[in-house]
Amino acid sequence: MDIFGIPSQAFFGQLLLGLINGSFYAVLSLGLAIIFGLLNIINFAHGAQYMLGAFAALLGLNWLGINYWAALVLAPLAVGLLAVVIERSMLRHLYKLDHLYGLLLTFGLALVAEGVFKNVFGVSGESYEAPEILQGGVHLGFMFLPIYRAWVVVAALSVCALAWYVIERTSLGATLRAATQRPDLVQALGINVPVLVTATYATGAALAAFAGVLAAPIQQVNPVMGSNLIIVVFAVVVIGGMGSILGSIVTGLGLGIIEGLTKVFYPEASAVVIFVIMVLVLLVKPAGLFGKQA
Amino acid sequence: MNSNVSAHASAQKSQRVVLMFVAMLAVGSVAPFLVYPTLLMKLLCFALFACAFNLLLGFAGLLSFGHAAFLGGSAYITGYLCRDLGLTPELGVLAGGVFSGLLGALFGWVAIRRAGIYFAMITLGLAQLVFFLALQMKFTGGEDGMQGIPRGMLLGVFDLSDNIAMYFFVFAVFMAGFWLVYRTIHSPFGQILKAIRDNEARATSLGYDVAKFKLLAFVISASLAGVAGSTKALVFQLASLGDVHWHTSGQVVLMTLMGGLGTVLGPVAGAITLIGLENLLADKVGSWVTVIMGGMFVVCVLLFRRGLVGELNAVLTRNGLNR
Repeated sequence: MDIFGIPSQAFFGQLLLGLINGSFYAVLSLGLAIIFGLLNIINFAHGAQYMLGAFAALLGLNWLGINYWAALVLAPLAVGLLAVVIERSMLRHLYKLDHLYGLLLTFGLALVAEGVFKNVFGVSGESYEAPEILQGGVHLGFMFLPIYRAWVVVAALSVCALAWYVIERTSLGATLRAATQRPDLVQALGINVPVLVTATYATGAALAAFAGVLAAPIQQVNPVMGSNLIIVVFAVVVIGGMGSILGSIVTGLGLGIIEGLTKVFYPEASAVVIFVIMVLVLLVKPAGLFGKQA
Repeated sequence: MNSNVSAHASAQKSQRVVLMFVAMLAVGSVAPFLVYPTLLMKLLCFALFACAFNLLLGFAGLLSFGHAAFLGGSAYITGYLCRDLGLTPELGVLAGGVFSGLLGALFGWVAIRRAGIYFAMITLGLAQLVFFLALQMKFTGGEDGMQGIPRGMLLGVFDLSDNIAMYFFVFAVFMAGFWLVYRTIHSPFGQILKAIRDNEARATSLGYDVAKFKLLAFVISASLAGVAGSTKALVFQLASLGDVHWHTSGQVVLMTLMGGLGTVLGPVAGAITLIGLENLLADKVGSWVTVIMGGMFVVCVLLFRRGLVGELNAVLTRNGLNR
């Protein structure tokens, strides 16, 4: 069976790959948007935190025998704790300054993290085995579906849905949204905004680490996996605009699929297609697809 | 009386400026006989790169995270023109500057639609686009880079394969670029840029077309960054992917920040410190340099935001020496 002259296995295979990348874009841009909403900084260390999540899973297995399922919980927890330390000791002092300093600080932290892991583990990376129950695949007739890949999409989208529910439908989310708009007023109502800020940063970082654990069995776990990804995610964020949670998720998924399809029809352009879309969107709608014009 | 005092102060100031330029010329002329010229040339290229960057961030308040595209992009252009088409080095550098100016106009046209953090992310994305183009296009040599770029004969007369001759060419290019940045900052145009940096809404309400000023600043900055990249390509006879990589964009931010944002000499001091340090540490700590660079970023942002020159100015002012 062919689709536009492409064998269906190749077509759907790339589509699935696009969907997986899109899920990662969605989780990461969601985390960036949540952090940006309350802290007003762009977390350049987001890619490093994603990488740290993957390494936490790998090292946890190799050194402590922690299995995949435990790593899915423990790695985000560990990275989240690290984020608490970073927020308390460094980021906190920058809120009154120009927002660009937050970007520069987290950029420096990302360099440190990437550099340390490069020196200790080299650049080539190691592979991480998926748990047995998720190995193998199913023949769907038109394509072969590896179970682990299906699981990644389901898990990533579930986390996105959960984040959306918490932020848009619970009282905690309402507080968070209020603090995004008027932190001073929320503080006056007796809510401890500094703690909320710390928790938000930690949550964003934990989301990145969760994506890192999900990614570990798909690609080589290596120190630069995060920095390559984060620049694309920045473009995704520019395209979507950081105004809406649902917008971030939809944009991330959509762009992943577009990237996957580009790989099928015009592979040379697949590395740049998202940046080209970024330019086009900026020309037509500078605030981004879901953004509010400042 | 009052005008007398201010006339006196401005005379003193212009005296100091002349002194600064004379001192730079003197130091620059002696330096190649004391220090390894290749290192000095690298320093000067990055100093010009940082000055160009500082014009944008320090005086117009625009953080570009994509300046590597100009440094690296024009290095390829100059390399291609000088190696494959046989242009003389001065024309090659000029063409590099023009190319980067045009590329800068394109970047600026897209990126100036958003401000602040978005501006930084957009320029980063655009530079990444240039990186992938450089990786995939045939003439750049991909992963290997463009090698064997001839230094050539300056104006068809001076042989630049001699390191001292090459040094003075690079030094002349640097001084010309530095002077241009200095003139831009101290012109009415520069005053308006500062006004935009400090309060964009007010500049708009005063009737200035803010976007136009930002775009022009971006083009000047990009063009000078391109000149720095072209010169660097001639010095090392190499144009490589490293120059287009986002690491280089980060490096120039660090240089400017460390030297002192929005000061005239800060970027030069920052480039000297960082390249000097890199040179000193490279064989001792190897690839830990990235970690050190990241650590310096953190320290600069948290504790040292005025940078070397900024701190020095503050000390001088406190002691009443800086009027």
